[in-house]
Amino acid sequence: MSVIVVLLGFSMLLAAGFLAAFLWAVRSGQYKDKHTPSLRILFDNKRRDSHDSSSPTS
Amino acid sequence: MGFQEDHVISSTTLCAHCGDPLNGPGIIHDGKAFCCNGCRVVYEILGSTGNCPAPVVQPVDTDRFAYLDEPTVVERLREFSDGHVSTVSFLIPQMYCSSCVWVLEHLYRMDQGILLSRVEFLKKAIAIRYDETKTSLRKVVELLTTLGYEPRITLESVDRSAPPPPDRSLYYRIGIAGFCFGNIMILSFPEYLSGGTVDAQLRHVFAYLNLILSLPVVFYCSTGYFQSAAGGLRKGIFNIEVPIAIGIAIVFLRSVTDIVSGAGPGFLDSLSGLVFFLLLGRLFQNKTYDSLNFERSYTSYFPLAVTTRHRGTERTTPVSDLHPGDRMVIRNNEIVPADAVLIGGDAAIDYSFVTGESRTVQKVPGDLVHAGGRQVGGAIELDVVTEVSQGYLTRLWNEAAFAGTPRRGLTTLANAVSKYFSAGVLIVAACTALYWFPRDAASAFDAVTSVLIVACPCALALATPFAFGTALRVFGRNKFYLRNTAAVETLAGISTILLDKTGTLTRPSTSAVRFVGTPLTDNQRSMVASLVRNSHHPLSRTLYESLIPLPLRPVQHYRELPNAGIEGEIEGATLRVGSRTFAGAPTESGPAVDSGADTTEARVYVRFGAEPRGHFALAGAYRDGIESLVTRLQTRHDVVLLSGDSDWERPQLERRFGPQLPLYFEQTPADKKAFVAGYQQRGATTMMVGDGLNDAGALQQADVGVAVTENIAAFSPACDAILEGSRLTRMDTFLALARSSRRVVLWSFAISVLYNAVGLSFAVRGALSPVVAAILMPVSSVTVVAFTTLAVQMIARRRGLLS
Repeated sequence: MSVIVVLLGFSMLLAAGFLAAFLWAVRSGQYKDKHTPSLRILFDNKRRDSHDSSSPTS
Repeated sequence: MGFQEDHVISSTTLCAHCGDPLNGPGIIHDGKAFCCNGCRVVYEILGSTGNCPAPVVQPVDTDRFAYLDEPTVVERLREFSDGHVSTVSFLIPQMYCSSCVWVLEHLYRMDQGILLSRVEFLKKAIAIRYDETKTSLRKVVELLTTLGYEPRITLESVDRSAPPPPDRSLYYRIGIAGFCFGNIMILSFPEYLSGGTVDAQLRHVFAYLNLILSLPVVFYCSTGYFQSAAGGLRKGIFNIEVPIAIGIAIVFLRSVTDIVSGAGPGFLDSLSGLVFFLLLGRLFQNKTYDSLNFERSYTSYFPLAVTTRHRGTERTTPVSDLHPGDRMVIRNNEIVPADAVLIGGDAAIDYSFVTGESRTVQKVPGDLVHAGGRQVGGAIELDVVTEVSQGYLTRLWNEAAFAGTPRRGLTTLANAVSKYFSAGVLIVAACTALYWFPRDAASAFDAVTSVLIVACPCALALATPFAFGTALRVFGRNKFYLRNTAAVETLAGISTILLDKTGTLTRPSTSAVRFVGTPLTDNQRSMVASLVRNSHHPLSRTLYESLIPLPLRPVQHYRELPNAGIEGEIEGATLRVGSRTFAGAPTESGPAVDSGADTTEARVYVRFGAEPRGHFALAGAYRDGIESLVTRLQTRHDVVLLSGDSDWERPQLERRFGPQLPLYFEQTPADKKAFVAGYQQRGATTMMVGDGLNDAGALQQADVGVAVTENIAAFSPACDAILEGSRLTRMDTFLALARSSRRVVLWSFAISVLYNAVGLSFAVRGALSPVVAAILMPVSSVTVVAFTTLAVQMIARRRGLLS
């Protein structure tokens, strides 16, 4: 019986985690522009100039 | 490449870079066609060998953006600056496909000072972060213009106060309501499915957990309903939110008493489900078109600054600082921001934004030039007569009558029905109470609350957003963009339609002109041009524009004969231009078809001396199929035509549209607005279809103002709906769909009443168990949502609005 209560607690915790993730996603503006990122992913982001600091060019 | 061929660009040509079909004529470069400048630039960059200098496309006039060096202007445009790194945002209407995004997000390759540029494609907006020590705002804008992406910098870009923070609360509310609804459902299942064999202690745990989970639903997610119910009641309006708020409150209180007293699990699953569905309906209703703005006033269209001349020195003055007496210098393609008197230069003013008519008007020094005209040609100088906010057209916006005052209170269908619905429910509740009280006081409380729970008008509240929301989306697919779902509902009840003529019924673009008959020499063409230049007849103006640039000759003995044509003497020769009967036709010119109602072609005949030479054929000034549209609209509505032109065209219009169409000429912008108001006072629900700034007042005044535009991204005055010009002839179908949608809403009200009757039959007997409520309420919501969306879609498909 108490096992169910413990499980219940965990499941709630898990679900609350997903809720928090959703709220964070809304807050960080992910629902603001739902179209441009889908175009951006198609670009080849090789940066060849001085701004480049992260991605090594191969 | 040795082989080059002439490309004939048709509408089915595909872009050489991205493969999308061309939007209009496209851009032809290097023998290839591109859909937009982005594709052309990307094509060039990819084609060039690696290190890519920005290909210069459109050289920018040297001083065009000089005003962007003014610190005050920079200060107002900039969103953020730490003195080193600054951020600005622009609207770029020319954005068309993903290549545009690519070019605009790689600006840093072309200007070392640009640190980052991010595009929001649907809004056609770009945010640019740049280093002020390496570049300047002016250079950034010049770079964009060079690439073919001139940002729209207008008064509005600085006049708007900080943009309101995006309203995300609806998303939060839906997320939380969904979370609570799901969990409450799971926790309620054991109770429903086990048939009462759940351990009593567990049942307690479940019930109290449910209670905790329902708190955010009642006290956060549904606060909007309580607020608008309270707001409505304060104003004496019984809106649909009132019974919803009462329902939520009663369900919650009943559930709390049930749980605390141990009488049962309460109705919390129904409650949270109800709130969740209602919020989803709101989200569905809130369909917005990111790149459209229904609130535009003249500020979004007037320039930010103009060049002024003071004692021989030129400087840039913000438009808001212009005073009467200031001397402005307006260059090619610049807009005159204030009513002014022309002092010098060849003024050819294009009033297309004002009248919707793409025709340039010649002005001579001393003439008054109204604000809103665009100079075409060389630089001109003007003296400001009135301040920008006091101009002839801008005054219309500043009139108190529609400075943010709410529209006439339209009773929406749902609000009207909810009144009777609630009255009915209260009567049933009272009867239930009367029946039960003498018998069993405890059961009376149960039964009465059950009645109020089950009769919550959830389905009633869902029908409107889903039916009209679906219609809104169907309209959007057909390039008819409505501001909100309330506009769909108003559209369904339109009784009077007022049409603007120029730019609405006619196509604003200069129509194609060809000459039929003995070919004219250049000399003769210039004689025709000199003659027709004197006439204000639109056919003359169109003809004139198709003929220039040609040297003009002095005209003597100029005469204009109404409904016939014009006559004059040039270099000794008498010239007649006009109708067939007036000018005569050469004998071999084929069948005597005159410009009649059955042809979309207008003919202007020409005679030199005594010799008829043939005619100019002016194709399709009116939109195709406009006559039959007017006839179709007349079967259900009062249709009225308002025109700013003088009434020389009356006979032609009467022939074209028949005598039943009331025609009103010489209507000023203020007249048009008063006209609409007059109809409204007589109880008509009006729709104004117009374009341009001169209709702005009427568009605002009308119950539904529809702005017709050739290019959705272009400027359109504040209105309730924006319609692409080519779809105007489907207006009757749009109205029919709006009416059908309203019928669908009424049908779903009937369905909802049916469900309520079933629910009430349980409730009045005091037999409404949580299980029954938990099944009945979501089922009724889902049926209504499914019925409305599917029915509206089906009707749209049958009417050819959806494929």
